Amino acid sequence: MQIIIYLTYLIASVLFIFGIKRLGSPKTARSGNMLSSLGMFLAIVITLFDQHILTYEYIIIGIVVGSAIGATMALKVQMTGMPQMVGLLNGFGGGASALVALSEYYKEDSSDIAILVTLVLSILIGAVTFTGSFIAFGKLQGFVTGKVVKYPLQNPINVLLLLVVIVAGVLFVIDPSRVDMLLGILVISLVLGVLLVLPIGGADMPVAISLLNSYSGLAASMTGFVLQNNMLIIAGALVGASGIILTIIMCKGMNRSLMNVVLGGWENAGQETSSGGTAPQGDVKSVDAEEAAMIFDSAQNVVIIPGYGMAVAQAQHAVRDLANILEKKGINVRFAIHPVAGRMPGHMNVLLAEAQVPYDKLFALEDINDDFNNVDVAFIVGANDVVNPAARNDQSSPIYGMPILNADYAKTVIINKRSLNVGYAGIQNELFFYPNTLMYFGDAKEAINKLVNELKEL
Amino acid sequence: MEVIDLIMLIYVFVLAIFVGFELITKVPPTLHTPLMSGSNAISGITIVGALLSAGMEEFTISTILGLVALIFATINVVGGYLVTDRMLKMFKKK
Repeated sequence: MQIIIYLTYLIASVLFIFGIKRLGSPKTARSGNMLSSLGMFLAIVITLFDQHILTYEYIIIGIVVGSAIGATMALKVQMTGMPQMVGLLNGFGGGASALVALSEYYKEDSSDIAILVTLVLSILIGAVTFTGSFIAFGKLQGFVTGKVVKYPLQNPINVLLLLVVIVAGVLFVIDPSRVDMLLGILVISLVLGVLLVLPIGGADMPVAISLLNSYSGLAASMTGFVLQNNMLIIAGALVGASGIILTIIMCKGMNRSLMNVVLGGWENAGQETSSGGTAPQGDVKSVDAEEAAMIFDSAQNVVIIPGYGMAVAQAQHAVRDLANILEKKGINVRFAIHPVAGRMPGHMNVLLAEAQVPYDKLFALEDINDDFNNVDVAFIVGANDVVNPAARNDQSSPIYGMPILNADYAKTVIINKRSLNVGYAGIQNELFFYPNTLMYFGDAKEAINKLVNELKEL
Repeated sequence: MEVIDLIMLIYVFVLAIFVGFELITKVPPTLHTPLMSGSNAISGITIVGALLSAGMEEFTISTILGLVALIFATINVVGGYLVTDRMLKMFKKK
């Protein structure tokens, strides 16, 4: 039987790999996810035949309770709440890995160094993922401040805690009967998770969530070492790699190092008010719905640039209506998506997909940036720092060097925003004052609906 | 664990990371959110360990930890796959 179990684990591992491979294109992605879930199903069912499983009461309770909670969350969550959802799921995965490792310790006396070391690592990574993800969830949901939180001796405290974990880990590996050491590691790791994510500001959440995603995979891999189970190691490593790649993409999207993001980032990041200083000044021209509609009506080439503001205002359906009516008038409409727009990788794409915008209208930064010279109207909805030309021209700007969408190269730039407030980076956007820029003030959903109505009348 | 066994596990770990890098760099940005939730569901594979702990014959502290782990991992697996499917259903070409 054990041989059949291991062979089934191999099949499951292969299905995970195929599943992720099929995520390479939107056409095959759904079937890929199904293959991957089939792999998971096979792995779970065959494990139930393991000779070590003798009672099923707790298994049934666990699976029923977990499925009910998981399914409710998955079916109820709104698309705008997806970053929170993924954050929570990361946390549960990491927590489960840490608990399995701890349970394994109580189950069997082991003096095997490799098992003890990976047990400590599994608990450390899993517990950090657990509390870190809940803080990330709180920040996205608004329970915990989305601002950058800096506390005194931030780095020394974290380094010290990590050192304590290492020392306790060594003592535990030398003498595995020291359960106090293991529980100490667990508690400190839980605290570390809170302290590490707390300083990270709201708009840096794409990085935090990607990193926690990677941790949840690594924790599963470490548990795989403890259980000497190749399937866990493979599945965990795939997820670990995925999270790291996304983390790197997000950091590149902001031209920042991982350390800079993790330690709290820009000096004024996440502040509500402008620091003044080099804030560009000048005349701001604003338009109302009627004028904006006429500009759109005479355009041939329109690019819409959505940002987090679109998600907050739940304006994705209004944006879709705008795109539809423009297309009906024979205008070419495309969407330009900055890699860090929103609160998690791909956030804007999911929202627009929900609003039934075809994915072939969505263009990544590198695919559309050279074309902005030919664009008549660049329409910016709730995005700010990712279109700030200071990133290109102003070496003293904190965002200098960050890749931006070249919206300013368009003949006319229309910016829908509620006010002239600064973006996440805490700096004024000089694009607002450009001669070819028009501000169209108002809540995104309301303002765009008005615009659509005006366009209908033209 | 014999040293050779450990080395074999490390082989698997390192090779799987390379496979992961190769696969994931090919995923287009438009699918990054489903990639994250879908891969997240895969990390719920730790459910296998939770089952082994929760299904032991005698009731011990291990069983309790296993049961909690099982609930967490099931939320991760079921929630992750379902929400990913919900998202992927929406991605349509014109």
